[in-house]
Parts: sequence; structure tokens; C-alpha cells
Amino acid sequence: MIAYIVRRVLYAIPILIGVNLITFALFFVVNTPDDMARMHLGVKRVTPEAIERWKRERGYDLPLFWNGAAEGAGKLTETIFYRKSVRLFVFDFGRSDRGRDIGEDIRQRMWPSLALAVPVFLAGLLTHVTVALALVLFRGSYLDAWGTVALVVLMSISALFYIIAGQYLVGKLMHLVPISGYAGGLDAVRFLALPAAIGVLATLGANARWYRTLFLEEADKDYVRTARAKGLGELAVLFRHVLGNAMIPILTGVVAVLPLLFMGSLLLESFFAIPGLGSYTIDAIQAQDFAEVRAMVFLGSVLYIAGLLLTDISYTLVDPRVRLG
Amino acid sequence: MFRPVLLWTDALLFLLIAGLAAFAWHVRRTPHLREPWGRVARSRTGMCAAVVLAAYALVGVADSLHFRLPASQGPDGRVHWSAEVLSVLDLALARLRAGAEKTYSAPLAVRLHVRETVERPDGTRVRERPRLRYGGAHLADPDRERWPDVARRALAGAAAGLVLWAGAAALLAAALARRWRLSWRAAFARLAAGRTELPWRPMLATAAALAVAAGVTAWLAAGYHVLGTDKVGEDVLYQALKSVRTGLVIGTLTTLLMLPFALAMGLSAGYFGGRVDDLVQYLYTTLNSIPGVLLIAAGILMLQVYMASHPELFETTAARADLRLLFLCAVLGVTSWTGLCRMLRGETLKLREVEYVQAAVALGTGHGAILVRHVLPNVLHIVLISVVLDFSALVLAEAVLAYVGVGVDPTMTSWGNMINSARLELAREPVVWWTLAAAFVFMLGLVLAANLFADAVREAFDPRRRVR
Repeated sequence: MIAYIVRRVLYAIPILIGVNLITFALFFVVNTPDDMARMHLGVKRVTPEAIERWKRERGYDLPLFWNGAAEGAGKLTETIFYRKSVRLFVFDFGRSDRGRDIGEDIRQRMWPSLALAVPVFLAGLLTHVTVALALVLFRGSYLDAWGTVALVVLMSISALFYIIAGQYLVGKLMHLVPISGYAGGLDAVRFLALPAAIGVLATLGANARWYRTLFLEEADKDYVRTARAKGLGELAVLFRHVLGNAMIPILTGVVAVLPLLFMGSLLLESFFAIPGLGSYTIDAIQAQDFAEVRAMVFLGSVLYIAGLLLTDISYTLVDPRVRLG
Repeated sequence: MFRPVLLWTDALLFLLIAGLAAFAWHVRRTPHLREPWGRVARSRTGMCAAVVLAAYALVGVADSLHFRLPASQGPDGRVHWSAEVLSVLDLALARLRAGAEKTYSAPLAVRLHVRETVERPDGTRVRERPRLRYGGAHLADPDRERWPDVARRALAGAAAGLVLWAGAAALLAAALARRWRLSWRAAFARLAAGRTELPWRPMLATAAALAVAAGVTAWLAAGYHVLGTDKVGEDVLYQALKSVRTGLVIGTLTTLLMLPFALAMGLSAGYFGGRVDDLVQYLYTTLNSIPGVLLIAAGILMLQVYMASHPELFETTAARADLRLLFLCAVLGVTSWTGLCRMLRGETLKLREVEYVQAAVALGTGHGAILVRHVLPNVLHIVLISVVLDFSALVLAEAVLAYVGVGVDPTMTSWGNMINSARLELAREPVVWWTLAAAFVFMLGLVLAANLFADAVREAFDPRRRVR
């Protein structure tokens, strides 16, 4: 088992190098730091001195890969590639183009993100599985037919609609919760209740429908028929046999997104002004802060690969037929 | 006099339509393909959704026939073309485009939504809501005449829509009567009773609803802003209709652009295995591991920098917005081809061991021929299902990307841009809800129809469901 995990972790390294090269190419080769400086300082009427100063302040005035002017190992380390990309591997994110310490920002903003993402995740899983189970329990009835139609309609509605309508109805008309904002401690519940509920509702359509097909597939299998033939009640069949077995694909699918909970939710956080990593990402994109975007790309990739690893491990735990090869 | 303009996305869109027509022709001649498509055609919800999709497609295609009008004529007879790129849809909606107001006005309103200080002829100043320049301008006493006028126009529009629909339905019935070799009356009776193989009756009902809605809207739009106006006084209905093309382009061209890569990579990884497989797997794991939004953001930011430093490349703003749209499709394609590629790889792995492929190998058929003739046709259903499923997801993604600020060009109308610019309007006093509502409803119509159609296609093509 440990050997397997070690091998998988080693396998992640070339992927991270690939990600690193892609982002490096996107940010520094396709468009030179000069272009970036010009974009930030305004395209027209910008002096070469201003560009030089902008680049020097942010450390973009070095050569890309090879610094012939430096001494010894400095030929490799005194370059943009080493300073900006290789350092990411030790999670040294450096300073953003706006001068903030990215690592510190991420450490601070991680917690509000988790405070929203974890409840959404848990409540979502519970609600979606319950709805799917209810539909399967009444399968073939009008409830099932109309419920499925309702799910299709729900999944056809834009996530933005849920957020905007939810803020308007609950926040503005009913005055139940603050429209946006965030506070630490127990106070956070007031601010997180609405976004969490919206987060659960917005994914209800797609998830519950997917779970329903999984349950139905399982409910058609022979062992389920045998259980019914033994005289087991519908509820017992559903909960004791179908649920357990259908949860395997659901849980293994869910494990893959667990690490990504850290990244937070882009839309919810930014609409509700929750100072998490999701709104951080959006801010970085809108302010065109390339250093922050680069850091988030790297962090996201690391977490995604961690998710893949967790998925593989969880398969071996829940399904004894899968062996570690 | 006009000069046709062929934007990049126009060309690709027409290419796509030609491709679809060729595919349909191919399906008609191939029995084993006709069979599942026949099942799609017999699905009631699927075909009703198809009617709605066709209506959207009609608007989108009309909006893709672009041209430029002359702005002025020089002394030497040379024509200077206007910098504005128009489409056939703009011609049809010329009145909506021209009838701009000062600022917000509610749907079917005759006065502005906000109060303004107006100077009366006698010199006194009052705060009131001034009359609109265009909406209800034909009414002498708007407060009393408005609703009767609206009702009259709506009735006339509904009647016109119904007449148009009845004409089309009669033509259809005539065509069906010839095919069934029945008399007109018998064919009508069959259609009306719904005893047809294809679900013509629900399809006609959907078409009737669309025709009536279109008729009412058209008749009302001749005198009012049916969906109100936005902050700068532009007609919201016009914007919502112009957004259709953007949504369709993103939903279809993204797939069109990524399909060749996904097919080539997925098939060769599954078929050749070994090094090729390792390489392809590495490629898609790497691309997949970059968070989608960030990859798109990085791509769009790069494009912005590039466009800002090369302004001379673009003749018109439309050409610039169009290139950004195309680029957005390409980047979205890069983030979405991996799922399809993975599925194709898995299926090809299975197909490689199938007897007829083994037989082809034993007979000395080349790899290319085996892939094209034996493997490709048997994975097409996977491609098809994922293409129709992706469509609605992409249309929805456009709105989110517009909010993040990396969507289509801000000068291009899209539902995402409409929502993004109007998202704070619900916080206004009094509330301005119509821009948001229009964008969401038009988007919901397209996405819901696409989802229902996708369900019908999946139902018909998924081999796992066919067994039961």
C-alpha cells in the first residue's frame, strides 16, 4: 500500500512540471513581461523607463531561462523561470504583482472558504442522495416522472440565477439574513446560511439525477430481485442493499473533489463577499494580477492530483476486487 | 448596396451546418444509424425540444449573415463602408434597434422608469416621469389608452401567428398525405388524433405556441418595448435575441474545435497503447489538473494583452469581438476535450480486442483503415452523447465566465454580459427586474430544450439502456 502511494506521488511530479511549463509558457513566452507592464500601466503613452521600473520592482527584468551575466549556479537561478515557476514547487508563492504576500493571503483565506465549502458539500451530499432515493422509492409513479422533470428544469437554470434570486428574496425582501459579508466565529453562521443553501440547491438538479440513474441501475440487478423474492420489503431492499452498493461510485466520485474544497466556490464567495480563496481568484483575474493567478493555478493542480490519488486509494478500500498493481 | 462580411465564427457555423446536413444524409442511407435516430424522432419530449431548438437556430443563423452598409460615397465614386457590421437579424429588428430611450423603462411602459426634473412651458419645474420617445409614442392619452391598445395588438399578433402556423401546418399535412397515400381528410384526422409514428401533434402544438408568442411579441414591439429598456435605454428584447447567436456559437463551435483532437488522441491512445497511451494520458491529466476557470482566464488575459498591442489587425470592433469569441471557444475546448478523450480511449481499448478488429488485423488491414472503418463508427455514439450533453453546460458556462470577466467581448451581446451588467439592478429602488428576467428566461429556454433533446438522444443511443 505504502509503496503504491509513493509511486503515485512520484507520478504526480511530471504532471506538476507539465502544469508549470504550460503556465510559464502562457504567462511569459506568449506575451513578454513588457506586454504585461504595458497592459498594467496603460497601453498608450507609457515610457520605456516606466516599463523597466515596473519590471524591476516585480522581478520580471531577468532573462527567461538562462542568465549569462550571473555567476555559477546563478546562471540558472537568476532567471524568471527559476524565481517565478520553480519556487512554486516548495509552495513559495512569492509576492503578487500588487505587492502582497501570496502565501500569507492563501493561509488566511483558506478558512472562510472551508467554512462555506464543507457545509455545502455535506448538506449537498445528504440532500441529493435523499431526493434521489425518494424518486427511486416511488419509481414509475407520477411523483417520479414529475420529480425527474423538475430536476431537469433545476439543472437548466443558471447558477447565477439561484444566487441573484436568493439574495433578492431572502436577503432583501424577507430580511432573514445579511445580503453579503462575513464575520469570524459563530457569527459566521448568519452569513453562511444563505450561500450554503443556494450552493446545495444549485447543484441539486444535476447531482440528484445522476444519483437516481445509479440507484436505478443497481435496483435492476439480480441480487436485488433475489432480495425482493425472499419477501423483503421495498424499504429494506432500498436501504439495506441498493443504497450501500450504489454509494460506492458516489463516494469514490466525491472523494476526487474533496481536496478542491480548499479552493472554495468562485461564484458564491464573490457574490456574498466571503473573503475566501474563490473570491481571491476572481479578484486576481479581474485585477489581472498574473502572479496570483499563477499561484492559484499551481495550487489547484496540486489539489486535483491529490484528489486523483485519494480516489484510487478509496477504490481499493471499498471494493475488494480492486488490487494495487 | 451592401458588402458581405464573413466573420470567422460565421464561416465555422456554416461549415457546421453543412456538416450536419451531410451527416443527416448519411444517416438516411445507413440502416443501423437510422434505427437509433428513428427512436429519437419518435420521442415526444425530444422532438418538441427539437422544435424549440430549431427556433433558436433560426434566430442564430439570421444573425450570422453579416454585411456592411455604405457610410458615404467619395467624389471619385468610391464607397466608404460603415464600420458597423450588421446582420440580417438587425434588419428584421431595425425598429427595436433604432428606438432607444434615455434610460430604464419597464416592459410595455409609456413613461421612463425614473423621475426627472422637467421644465413646463409656463416655466415651472416638476419632478415627473417623462414620456418615452418610442414606447407608446403613438398614444394621445397614454394612461387611459395603453392597456386597450396593448390588448388589441396582442390579439392581432396572436391571430397573425396562428394564421401563419395554420398555413405551415396545412402544408405539412399535405406533404404527409402524399407520403401516406391518404386523402387530405384522412391525413388531417390522423394528425389531429395523434395516431402518427412521429409525434407530429405535440410538435405542431409546440410550434403553435412559439408562433403565437412570436406574433404577439412582433405586434407589440411595433409600438412598445416589450421587455423594457436597460440603463442606456437599449431595447432588452433586441439584446436577448442578439444573444442567441453568442450562446449557440459557444455551445457548438467549442465542440467542433475540440472534436478532432479528442478523437485523434482518444482513438490512438486506446488502439496503439504503450508509449502513445502514456503520452496521451499524461497530456489530459495535466490539462485536466489545471482549474478550468483559471486556464480560461489565463488564455483570455493573454489574448487581451495581445490584442491591446496589435490593434492594427482588426478592421472593425465586430471582427475583434469575433476573434475573442473564437478564442474563447478554443480555450473552452482545451478544458473540455479531456473527458471525451478519456471515454474514447476506454471504449477503443475494449474494441481493440473485438473479433472483427482482430480479423482485420489478421487480414493485414492498415492501422488507419481499421481505425476509420471499424473503430470510429463504433464510438460515434459516445461522441454524439457527449456533444449534446456539453452543449447546455457550455451555454451556462458562458454566463459564469462573463461574471468572472473572462467571457466574450464586452461589446458583444450575450446573456452573460446582460446578466453581469444588470446584476445589481435588483438592489435599486424601485427594482429593475426585466433585463435579468429576459436573459435568464431566454437562456433557460435554450438550455432546457437542449437538455431534453440530449436526454432523448442518450436514451436512443446508450447501448446499456437499449437492453432493457
